[in-house]
Amino acid sequence: MTRLNLWLSLGVIVAALLSVAAGKVWVPLDAWTSADPRSLIIVELRLPRTVLALAVGAALGFSGAVMQGYLRNPLADPGLFGVSAGAAFGAVCALFFGYAAQAWLLPGFALAGAGATMAMLALIAGRSGSLILFTLAGMILTSIAGSLTALAISLAPTPFVASEIVTWLMGALTDRSWDDVLVAVPLMAVGAVILARTAAALDALTLGEVAARSMGVDPRRLQLAVVAGIALLVGASVAAAGVIGFVGLMVPHLVRPLAGHRPSAILLPSALAGALLLTVADTLVRVLPTVAELRLGIAMSMLGGPFFLYLLVAMRRRLA
Amino acid sequence: MNALSVHGLTLTLGGRRVLDRVEATFTPGRVSALLGPNGAGKSSLMACLAALRRPDAGQVTLGGEDVQAIEPTVRARRIGLLPQGHDVHWNVDVATLVALGRLPWRGRWGETDADRAAVARALAATDMAPLAARGMEHLSGGERARALLARVLAGEPEWLLADEPLASLDPRHQVEVGARLRDVAAGGRGVVLVVHDLNMAARLADDVVLLREGRVVAHGPAADVLTPALVEETYGLPVEIGRSADGATFILPRG
Repeated sequence: MTRLNLWLSLGVIVAALLSVAAGKVWVPLDAWTSADPRSLIIVELRLPRTVLALAVGAALGFSGAVMQGYLRNPLADPGLFGVSAGAAFGAVCALFFGYAAQAWLLPGFALAGAGATMAMLALIAGRSGSLILFTLAGMILTSIAGSLTALAISLAPTPFVASEIVTWLMGALTDRSWDDVLVAVPLMAVGAVILARTAAALDALTLGEVAARSMGVDPRRLQLAVVAGIALLVGASVAAAGVIGFVGLMVPHLVRPLAGHRPSAILLPSALAGALLLTVADTLVRVLPTVAELRLGIAMSMLGGPFFLYLLVAMRRRLA
Repeated sequence: MNALSVHGLTLTLGGRRVLDRVEATFTPGRVSALLGPNGAGKSSLMACLAALRRPDAGQVTLGGEDVQAIEPTVRARRIGLLPQGHDVHWNVDVATLVALGRLPWRGRWGETDADRAAVARALAATDMAPLAARGMEHLSGGERARALLARVLAGEPEWLLADEPLASLDPRHQVEVGARLRDVAAGGRGVVLVVHDLNMAARLADDVVLLREGRVVAHGPAADVLTPALVEETYGLPVEIGRSADGATFILPRG
């Protein structure tokens, strides 16, 4: 298992280096130490983008692994609690009212959206700690946030704003700066620490809720930690990159056959594999010879949809 | 080892009194069975023993200490619960599953030698060592039941509480798992079981608590409690109690 983490780390490093070097212009790595003018491309454009791809990928992979462990469902996605839809709606509001001029306003709105969704989730599900109530509340909030987003698009003051919203919703890491990194990464770090502390409780949940409680797991505290951690990780991801689906769903699946099925055993590999997947994908969309750059969110959905279908077919075969 | 005692336990769920001033004492080194018809309060009593439910009145004490007042991790080390059903949510291998029983003991730095030794003992006690690398999805029902029992044993609790550990097992596996439970008690630990099958209860239990509508009908050594009159009072069904040639008690419903 540790060997898997080692290989994944190695992959992440290689992917990150390639991602810094590759793009519409190939900038060899030795260019950024010297007085080469291309070092500007690396330091101000490529590096923050690569750092964000790593951070967002890791955040989504990690929260996906936690979510699947918490819900004990291999088809669970970190977006299930409505946090990413809420964050997206927050960001859409910023675009709708034209507040996105300041670099930190859009991520700020997105985080406010994630926080508001989380608060409503806590309000609806109450203190019951019930998983079904909780998941249903998340789904309802997702659909409400989705319809409000659609409303914002249809009522957009100008066609330009509408197209800006639609483009943003597709998710991408184009034109990101260190400001975005500074907003997102500290929040993700806090979320990751919170979620990492749930590892043992997630393992205990393998035996079901009653057994987990008898082993000293407090379901309400666990729920609080999972919601807060996921809100921070996913909220910050959406704030930085828009909605990028399927990473949180796919990555734990890809990792599980290699790391074993114990929920805590897949947390770190999922974070690493998420970072690897998103960095590679973001590098590919950059170097693909398309007229306009392919949006990262779209690329991931193109990958993720068929993967989801494959999972379902595989599960159906096993159940039959 | 400390006795597990129930004092004036009263519990109301959804407006219904499911436990009514229950008094009972369970002794370490013996297998105690909770018996009674559906809705008698067996599982509720079990949940209170495991401190999963807080009673409205009365208390459960472990060595004189209220179980509700014991810190959850410490309590988890002292009282192991084997819940009903054989559900395991991920296809972990048997060794990993059994190691989960060590979670209440787990420090910050992961598995210790003591943890590994306890897991090995639990695997050996349940004859699961040869299947340690097998995934849970590839086990038979009886093997799953043994693996889950090993999980609780790995925690080496003073008390083992098992809610219907024999349900959905065929007779051979019932006897097999039952024998392991007797071994646990023989090792000095306390064992409390919820059992539905009267004959299995007669076979396994040293002590029996008969429950009906949340009240204790009788509590004492199995031979004293499993009488036609008391069993009929509990279940509302006349029974015949006899002994086989080798001295085993059997209980036949009549009517």
